[in-house]
Amino acid sequence: MRRFNWPVWAGFVLSVVAFISYPFVFARWSVTRDFPWANLLLFGIAAILLVIGFRRAFAPGHTHPKRSKIAASVLATLSILVLGLFVFSTFIMARWLPASRGAPQVGQKAPDFTLADTKGKSVSLTELLSTPINGQPPKGALLIFYRGYW
Amino acid sequence: MTRDLGEKAGYTFTFLSDPKVEAIRRYDLVHAGAGIDGQDIARPAEFLLDSSGTVHWVNLTENYWVRARPEQILEAAKTLQ
Repeated sequence: MRRFNWPVWAGFVLSVVAFISYPFVFARWSVTRDFPWANLLLFGIAAILLVIGFRRAFAPGHTHPKRSKIAASVLATLSILVLGLFVFSTFIMARWLPASRGAPQVGQKAPDFTLADTKGKSVSLTELLSTPINGQPPKGALLIFYRGYW
Repeated sequence: MTRDLGEKAGYTFTFLSDPKVEAIRRYDLVHAGAGIDGQDIARPAEFLLDSSGTVHWVNLTENYWVRARPEQILEAAKTLQ
């Protein structure tokens, strides 16, 4: 009797989906990005599928029992590695940031700078704080430093 | 590339470019070698300044996946004079 062990394959595929969907899907919304509960949920479902598949592989009645056991073991191991990589990159690697002790703190003056905008025009912080908006002087400025390189 | 992105997304705020890592360095936000090709990039940070250029609120995230939410910034902006 030959049965295709779909749970163990589904578990593995779902683990990969759980990993990849974080940067490409769930990272778009802060509610699923700040703590990756949606992805951990997918990993949880994948784990259940892998356990079901594992038990199937080790149950009697396979045409090739050794092959079934090896395949299930390999897929389960790979899935655990994918989970480990996910946990490492989202919880550990993401915290590898410099201390930035010299960054201006509340109450300190923010250093001036002059940089080019997207049209190549020079913009300084002094300008941003003084150029009127709708005829009113600005109440302040929000500086957002992005991690990235374009 | 930033200009195309800004135009496509309809962003109206000012996008500035710091290719020589000048402002990033001045704000002590350099993340050495963390760029895809090993360049120095900024670690994420948000500063809300008042009209005199003094820092009113700052967010130096511990985890680069976690950034300040708009509600948090708007809340901090309420106390700006």
